[in-house]
Amino acid sequence: MQSALTLLSWGPEGWLDDIAAGVFVTVCLALATLPFGLTLGFFVALAKQSEEPSLRLAGNIYTTIFRGIPELLTLFLIFFGIPLILQYIVRLVSPGTSADVNSFVAGMIALCFIFSSYSSEVFLSAFRAIPKGQYEGGYSIGLSSGQTMRLIVLPQLIRIALPGLANLWLILLKDTALVSAVGLNEILRQSGVAARVTKHAFLFYGFAGLIYLLLAIVSSFGINAIERAVGGSEVKR
Amino acid sequence: MSLATDTLKVDRPPPPARGWSRQRILGHVLVGLWIALGIGVVVYLVTAWNPEFFQKYAPGYISGLGITLLLVAISIVLGAILSVPIAYARMSNNPILSGFAYAYVYFFRGTPLLAQTFLVYYGVGSFRPELEMVGLWGFFREAFNCAIFAFSLNTAAYQAEILRGAIESVPRGQWEGAASLGLHKLQTMWKIILPQALIVALRPYGNEIILMIKGSAIVAIITVYDLMGITRLTYARTFDFQSYIWAAIIYLVIVETLRHGVEWIERRITIHLHR
Repeated sequence: MQSALTLLSWGPEGWLDDIAAGVFVTVCLALATLPFGLTLGFFVALAKQSEEPSLRLAGNIYTTIFRGIPELLTLFLIFFGIPLILQYIVRLVSPGTSADVNSFVAGMIALCFIFSSYSSEVFLSAFRAIPKGQYEGGYSIGLSSGQTMRLIVLPQLIRIALPGLANLWLILLKDTALVSAVGLNEILRQSGVAARVTKHAFLFYGFAGLIYLLLAIVSSFGINAIERAVGGSEVKR
Repeated sequence: MSLATDTLKVDRPPPPARGWSRQRILGHVLVGLWIALGIGVVVYLVTAWNPEFFQKYAPGYISGLGITLLLVAISIVLGAILSVPIAYARMSNNPILSGFAYAYVYFFRGTPLLAQTFLVYYGVGSFRPELEMVGLWGFFREAFNCAIFAFSLNTAAYQAEILRGAIESVPRGQWEGAASLGLHKLQTMWKIILPQALIVALRPYGNEIILMIKGSAIVAIITVYDLMGITRLTYARTFDFQSYIWAAIIYLVIVETLRHGVEWIERRITIHLHR
């Protein structure tokens, strides 16, 4: 009977090094998804607040679909669906070869869709919080609509959207756990392997939970720092 | 007369030009892409139509849907019951009580539901002797019960926060007004605070139910045959991708129905607030 401390130590007897590798994969996945999800979410929000009804419709269909399907199902649809489509295309080009998607990329695509559908709602409500006069002021000093967006609206938008986006980042960190279901060696899967080998399931899954908590705490420190940096330039009224 | 109509015509602003702007073209292209995707899915489902597949697996889907709904309903109700003392503790002035409630809520909201479910389903084996002693081992041997246990604890944390937020959104003056009328605390809570708080809480509660329905898909990983579990089983047996598409359609329909239902209820119960 090994003690919990030995099991959680670094090295050949302990599992800490394996779990640390899982933490690295989890953080990489979340960080790799973030920029794509934010960009896509921003453009979907842009479509949803546009005056053009067809653009609004297209944006709303996007959010409806990815917010309505369970995250795990989205992941499976992409993990099993994309190879089917790829194979179809590859066979057209060169018969006999096969295509596959690894679990990291599949997880990244699925999480990007999910994250962007939620972040588009956050951006949309931030857009609505910016008064029309800001756009008009921008146009009146001769800025083009792209410049107005970049120089006047976007800096305010980020400040308003930040709390909502911080929340979504924490959700994204938790959602990475789902990718363990398609075989990515992240925190939960590594802990699961340790649990199966050592038969200390409660210890290892509890430890995994604590790591997720730790990641959340570390992120909230980071978020606070960003909020202070962004909020510092706010006009005092 | 003709002069007057002429001036009227001149005074009218020109009709807004609605040409094919870049935005409009882009919007139509994107909607076209969605329509193409929708048609593609329909065509795929029609060409992949297989009466045998249906006869064999459709009953499974229906029973899976039943299990999903049952799991969510039980967890939401148990979570709602459990959330009341947690919200009470969270709002109390006792630092130990509120600290404990805070830690509970922080743990369950800060860790993935999948990790919590694994912790219960696999981790409970570590306490087998103790559980056998109190006679609960039979309960925890079933994956379905473990899922209900984990989900109830999880949703209780979220619902406690919803409840707390809603109660705290009612202004202090309401408490003071009720106190000045001589109502005691429980009466104030029941007759004054809760009716106002629940209007605020309705939408978050609706969202929580939707999140639970979507979250319940993960029980498929711990061998419960809910809608997602049946889908995985069907795919494993047939390698027919339409099994996943059918599941996506079913989930989408449930979630959209719920969302519109909640919106409808909200419109109904806030009629007196609109002027």
